[in-house]
Amino acid sequence: MSSGLRFDRVSVAYGGTTVLDSLDLTVEPGEVMALLGPSGSGKTTALRAVAGFVRPAAGRVFIGDRDVTGLPPHRRGIGMVVQQYALFPHMRVEDNVAFGLKAQKAPKDEIRGRVAEALEMTGMAAYARRHPRELSGGQQQRVAIARALAIRPGVLLLDEPLSALDARLRSGMLSELARLHRELPHVSILYVTHDQVEALTLADRIAVMDKARLQDVGTPRELYRAPRTEFTASFVGNANLLPVTVGSGGVDFSGTELKVPTRDAARGTTATLCVRPHLVGLGAGPNALTGSVIEVQWRGATHRLYIEVAGHRVMADLRELRQPPALGDEITVHFGPEDAVLLSAGVTPERSAPVAVRETVGAADQGSRDG
Amino acid sequence: MASAAVAAPAKAATRTRTGIPSWVWALPPVAVLGTVFLYPLGLVVQQSFRPDTGGTSARAYADVFASTAFREALGTTVWLALGSTVGCLVLGFVLAVVIAFVPFPGGKAVAKFIDVFLSFPSFLITLALLFVYGTVGMANGLWTGATGAAEGPFQFLTTPWGVLLAEITYFTPFVMRPLLAAFSGIDTGQLEVASSLGARPARIVRQIVLPEALPALAAGGSLVLVLCLNEFGIVLFTGAKGVTTLPMLVYGKAILESDYPGACVVAVVNISISVGFYGLYRVVSRRVGA
Repeated sequence: MSSGLRFDRVSVAYGGTTVLDSLDLTVEPGEVMALLGPSGSGKTTALRAVAGFVRPAAGRVFIGDRDVTGLPPHRRGIGMVVQQYALFPHMRVEDNVAFGLKAQKAPKDEIRGRVAEALEMTGMAAYARRHPRELSGGQQQRVAIARALAIRPGVLLLDEPLSALDARLRSGMLSELARLHRELPHVSILYVTHDQVEALTLADRIAVMDKARLQDVGTPRELYRAPRTEFTASFVGNANLLPVTVGSGGVDFSGTELKVPTRDAARGTTATLCVRPHLVGLGAGPNALTGSVIEVQWRGATHRLYIEVAGHRVMADLRELRQPPALGDEITVHFGPEDAVLLSAGVTPERSAPVAVRETVGAADQGSRDG
Repeated sequence: MASAAVAAPAKAATRTRTGIPSWVWALPPVAVLGTVFLYPLGLVVQQSFRPDTGGTSARAYADVFASTAFREALGTTVWLALGSTVGCLVLGFVLAVVIAFVPFPGGKAVAKFIDVFLSFPSFLITLALLFVYGTVGMANGLWTGATGAAEGPFQFLTTPWGVLLAEITYFTPFVMRPLLAAFSGIDTGQLEVASSLGARPARIVRQIVLPEALPALAAGGSLVLVLCLNEFGIVLFTGAKGVTTLPMLVYGKAILESDYPGACVVAVVNISISVGFYGLYRVVSRRVGA
């Protein structure tokens, strides 16, 4: 059953608060769509609207061509995996996996085979007779995935499935999920996460959510290389966001001419220039910026330097330096014109003021710790 | 008690800082327990072997066991207690599921009311039932008023069924309390995943909620069983003259007939049944690993 998924202007409100504001989004059959956003952005609400646990105040939800907006959860035929596994504690692993098949009244002689198949696929076949409490977190999550896959759903909902696992297990499970998706190319996956790495790694497309609204949709590459908004730029990967004024054939950053593509931005307007820290190079070059080092972070493979340039902080992620600069040193960094993106000018005036300090709040590795 | 007994030897060896062996601290509770509970209990057992004619014999037991009144009371007591327990478990489970999982306005208030209900005296419920279903109660009043008949159709209150109804009404919250606590501990994620896998509410209750509520059901059920076995107020207040339970028999023998040995025999039997049922519950619950 290949189906896909469509939100048609879906709004959800609790009391007087709108937690999801007319979401329009289509997940193609077989596509992995990541809903990426901070907590309270509405991404989990969107997932729950698909599962049938919240009733939209407006709009329709479609699975395939079927309008499921009014259907109770048990008639939607969806596989779901949640952060805390939610295995049934009194059932053995095999009974957990068989639960959905029994609930859907699958033929008895078929159940055994499909349970074995699902457990095989997630590498848990050897644990069929165990109880959930005898398994580690990662193993429990595999069982939860097997349980969701056993009913052969057209749509799989994953709600922060890796958030309860430690970092090492998480990257292992990430490649497991990627493999599962390759083996099940017809299943559409809606993957809710606040972790940019998970979204970038796994998703065919990413929908960036903030403040109950969809902010941006695109392939990971598009969103990373050419973000359309400051929010996307800082949430999908790290970003230097510099306030600039558009000039002719470039921009002006606090008196420094920078040669970057301005596309169709009108001359004289203020805009934000997005430069990825790892694309900033040390030493002179095109678009050179000179300032004093205010912080040096050694991160093993890289050094992160914070450089104050004309009152703004610029981050640079450099391959580990033999001799890192000392605090207060005057250094020059540069970036290529093709590595900078001019974000649409004057869209969010309230955001342009604190831009220079934003990275200290969230952008630094925000994916792993934002909750 | 058990933990004190286990902890005592280890601590006694090392002694506490003040130099007083820790088993000393176990003495006051044991003394209180002994004087207010165990000693009277011993007296009851002793009295049951002391006929009025003097000496020590099991005469009273033979007499009591031989009497039809006792055997009937024993049967009535046990079936009423078992019946009430089953009724309370079924009704309590259904009500608790509704209160815990079906969102309805005032649900929280109802859950709070359960707590208040537990503090009511048992005769209050019985009185309420008398007002509704009694010979001159509201239900019969409506009937006689409407039909002009001399008597209403509701005459069951003085039968064992009346006692059963009263006991179920009064004791159901004792089952609901632990159940509501157990339900609040169930991960709603489990219920949601179950329904997304295609399970209807009935299946979720049967296969997810019920198994996780079993320990609470066992706890509430055994409590109600023991309480019902020893219930006195409800039986007395329904005015059910045809319904004699063991506690009623003790009362009758001791107060009305002044047959103390006989009363003590019945009391001993009553206590043994309570303890026996409780022991059975412990054994069974350990078997199932609850």
